[in-house]
Amino acid sequence: MRSLLDDDEGTLMERTGSILRTRGLRTEYGKGAALVRAVDGVDLDVAAGETVAVMGPSGCGKSTLLHLLGGLERPAAGEVWVGGRRIDELSEKALARMRRHAIGFVFQAFHLMDELTALENVELPALLAGRSPRVSRRRAAELLEQVGLTDRAKHLPSALSGGQRQRVAIARALSNEPDVVLADEPTGNLDSAATLDVLRLLDSLRSAGQTLVIVTHDSRIAATADRLITMRDGAFVEETRLTHGTTGRLSELAGLEG
Amino acid sequence: MPVQDQFQGYQLRVVQEVLLALLAKDASHGYQLRARLQLALGPLAEALNAGQVYVTLGRLEKSGLAHSRRVGQADRPDRKVYELTPAGRERVREWLEDTSWPKPAPAEFHLKLVAAAAAGLADPVRIVDGQRHALLVALAAAQRAALAEPDGSVAGLLLEGVVLRLQADLRWLEACARYWTTTKGR
Repeated sequence: MRSLLDDDEGTLMERTGSILRTRGLRTEYGKGAALVRAVDGVDLDVAAGETVAVMGPSGCGKSTLLHLLGGLERPAAGEVWVGGRRIDELSEKALARMRRHAIGFVFQAFHLMDELTALENVELPALLAGRSPRVSRRRAAELLEQVGLTDRAKHLPSALSGGQRQRVAIARALSNEPDVVLADEPTGNLDSAATLDVLRLLDSLRSAGQTLVIVTHDSRIAATADRLITMRDGAFVEETRLTHGTTGRLSELAGLEG
Repeated sequence: MPVQDQFQGYQLRVVQEVLLALLAKDASHGYQLRARLQLALGPLAEALNAGQVYVTLGRLEKSGLAHSRRVGQADRPDRKVYELTPAGRERVREWLEDTSWPKPAPAEFHLKLVAAAAAGLADPVRIVDGQRHALLVALAAAQRAALAEPDGSVAGLLLEGVVLRLQADLRWLEACARYWTTTKGR
């Protein structure tokens, strides 16, 4: 989608390929014996164009981590860097601006504006970021085509299925060509057919080089990623590249060999 | 079997039965049978031993399940066309009626977790995490291969079978992780 390789003005981090980075990230709720560290010492590097899935049991801190990455929450300790810029120390105003320009969010419950059409929902972030109505509209129409919903552009969310709403939400997340898309249980509210549609869409985003961090319980969604991280008790416990599988191994799994 | 065969791709386990069944309706030749297998297996046919179809046809003939005749071709060498014998037809019928099914094998892994917990040598939850990651590597490969198949592909159906079985195994591993998380330290 966007190439950082030939960007002379790119920062050091962009040139070294890390578009999202955390160091010693920690959150704290409560005090004394009731102190909870939802995220406890997380170091994460996400390369530009990489897709990362984070799995783990409920309450392991994965959603909190996503909120920290997107500047929706502030850490008790540690650093968050997005596109070469440290965001955990920004003012509220600067943080909001960073979110509008650099981050695309996808939530489990879609969070579309009920009174706006699919097309208006998708163009909204571009308008809020100060782009012209004409440019915003054109970009929104392209994105709806990309997610296969051109014929639903004028529908309100209430007239769309769950899977269609989530595809609109994904198109909206891409509206500002964000550095990173952060998805929190994107198929948590969807049936298996709609999950498959979102899965195909996430896979095509990966092929297109969109940087993506997905928090999910769904193994098929996690399997679309380049890298898988398992989180327990606020920390990373297991990390694996998912791109090394071979057809030889598949033949074995399919029961062809023997 | 010549040693070098091992390095020329995998040997299809049920190839005898499959070839017999593909011959049940019409006579056919090796090249055509191989093409049908390749279509059914899609990307998984890449690693198939190229010579296995021809070797197996020879064996089927020797064991009296099929017989061949030579058919002349205008500008190429003769080709061998195979047909089923009555014994071959009977073998196909038996195979199609056979309901044995490859068994999933959770017992070994289950006992590994029980033993690891008993010995106190390793955290069963971490063993489960490692296994989950290994299966997810396989799931990712199967899913990518499935997504690359065009709509309505017969090989896509096979890949969907691999994906669904891996998903079932992964769900069981989640149950394992839950169990060993809550019983930790008992």
